[in-house]
Amino acid sequence: MRRVAMVGAGMTEFKEHFDLGIKELVPMAVSEMAASVDKGLDRSDIEAAWFGELTTSDGFPAGILADSCGLLDIPVTRVENACATGNDAVRNAMYAVASGIVDVALVVGADKVRESSSRSTFWEWAALTRDVAWDYPLGLVAPANFALHAARYLHESGATREHMAMVAVKNHRHALTNPKAQLRFEITVEQVLRAPTVVEPFGLYDCTPQSDGAAAVLLVSEEVADRYTDRPVWVRGVGLGLDRVMHQHKQDMTSFPPTVKAARAAYAMAGIGPADIDVAEVHDCFSAVELISYEDLGFCDRFGAAALVESGATTFEGSRPVNLSGGLKAKGHPPGATGVSQNVELFEQLRGDAHNQLDTPTYALAHNIGGPTAVSAVTILSTEKD
Amino acid sequence: MAQTYTRPDFRLTPTPEGDDVAFWTGGEDDRLMVHRCRSCEQYFHPPAPACFRCRSRDVASEPVSGRGRVATFTVNRQPWLPTLPPPYVIVLVELEEQPDVRIFSQLVDVDPAEVRIGDEVEVFFEHWAPEGGTEVWLPLFRPVPPSVDAATVPGEEA
Repeated sequence: MRRVAMVGAGMTEFKEHFDLGIKELVPMAVSEMAASVDKGLDRSDIEAAWFGELTTSDGFPAGILADSCGLLDIPVTRVENACATGNDAVRNAMYAVASGIVDVALVVGADKVRESSSRSTFWEWAALTRDVAWDYPLGLVAPANFALHAARYLHESGATREHMAMVAVKNHRHALTNPKAQLRFEITVEQVLRAPTVVEPFGLYDCTPQSDGAAAVLLVSEEVADRYTDRPVWVRGVGLGLDRVMHQHKQDMTSFPPTVKAARAAYAMAGIGPADIDVAEVHDCFSAVELISYEDLGFCDRFGAAALVESGATTFEGSRPVNLSGGLKAKGHPPGATGVSQNVELFEQLRGDAHNQLDTPTYALAHNIGGPTAVSAVTILSTEKD
Repeated sequence: MAQTYTRPDFRLTPTPEGDDVAFWTGGEDDRLMVHRCRSCEQYFHPPAPACFRCRSRDVASEPVSGRGRVATFTVNRQPWLPTLPPPYVIVLVELEEQPDVRIFSQLVDVDPAEVRIGDEVEVFFEHWAPEGGTEVWLPLFRPVPPSVDAATVPGEEA
């Protein structure tokens, strides 16, 4: 298997792009990615593309990417894997390059959640997230899927709504310096706790906003990496994990087994463990999901997340910062773009170009969970080739 | 304090078909019907033509007690579904017969602030006959009323 380098990364702002469709957002992200390639990118170098998009609003995705980016002579594959779509698109492109079939692969992610009104989003989009025939008659709406896990997690772990709030406060603070973030304002624990309840135990500030946006990265083989840059970031590990779609037979409501499986696969491929990770982008669609994910990713012991967030270890100033971009919570969450944008953030972080720049991080981890909690994808990036 | 459940004016109802007919219509006979594998004897839900554990096709719905415990729950506070005015309690019930089998439903006849994980609950059925649709008996849950003995144990809250 060949080693795979990331040599370019770019994204649009995440926000309510009422004036732009996916066919506009995608070429914007691809152009920004191309501009980030140190020695330049000739678009004719791109041999194949993977396009992560959860739901389409401008036409069938592969054609939209090829058409809007002038990539008519290469194969384009649309990837849809719930909220794990972005990192799964990276995984598929990584395999193609590692296999020796493709030297230069484009990964794009995009979605327009605000294509529908917020009132109808929960009907039009939420229908994707679960078994509607079984849920809707009895009232399970989108955030309730995660709320059922969060309620059980709080019950068993001893964590409190204050710990959830600390996640939201931290991620909002991180987003302040991110020009691409949707919610660039600080909040307090008190504000989070006093906000209107969505579904218990989630208040408004425990939830991600609805976002539009696109992101792109360029993966190349080790043989050609130096044509593009002298400071590549290496894709060291990828992993995908699954679990049952609905809650009926989940053995443990306080953990997401897909994350455990995806992380195990990615760590094994990278030849490292959780203690080696210097910085991470973790799927915080709801505040409690970041807490549970600390444990599933091995950043702390089972039920150790409350103490971890309380210690400040996952803030910019801490020992292992999480969601320096602002996370889904404050940067925004256009699902297909989300995982790819995590890679954009970590690419910049590992190259020393990030807005919340750490002092020489070596290993970075990106994580998605979704569907509603049936699938997870994890990507590990590093400045180290081996 | 318990809040008395009022049947909504309208509900979206499922169209029972194939393996799930018994689950949605068992309430006609006041029975909660859950699929069980006759090969490995494990219950599973939702119903399917094969056991996901042992792959046996020898599966069928069987009546269960309709009693269980709150595995987890959430209270919806927003009016997403015009037919379900908030607040209402969305519950995951673990069955008495086999706790890893969980039925997703609504918990009613209860103050949302009083619900706790582990509470004992029991099923009842709500009959719907939508125009042009199929009759169903939706399984809903409510708290098991405390027995007279339990209510008089010293130190226990009545």
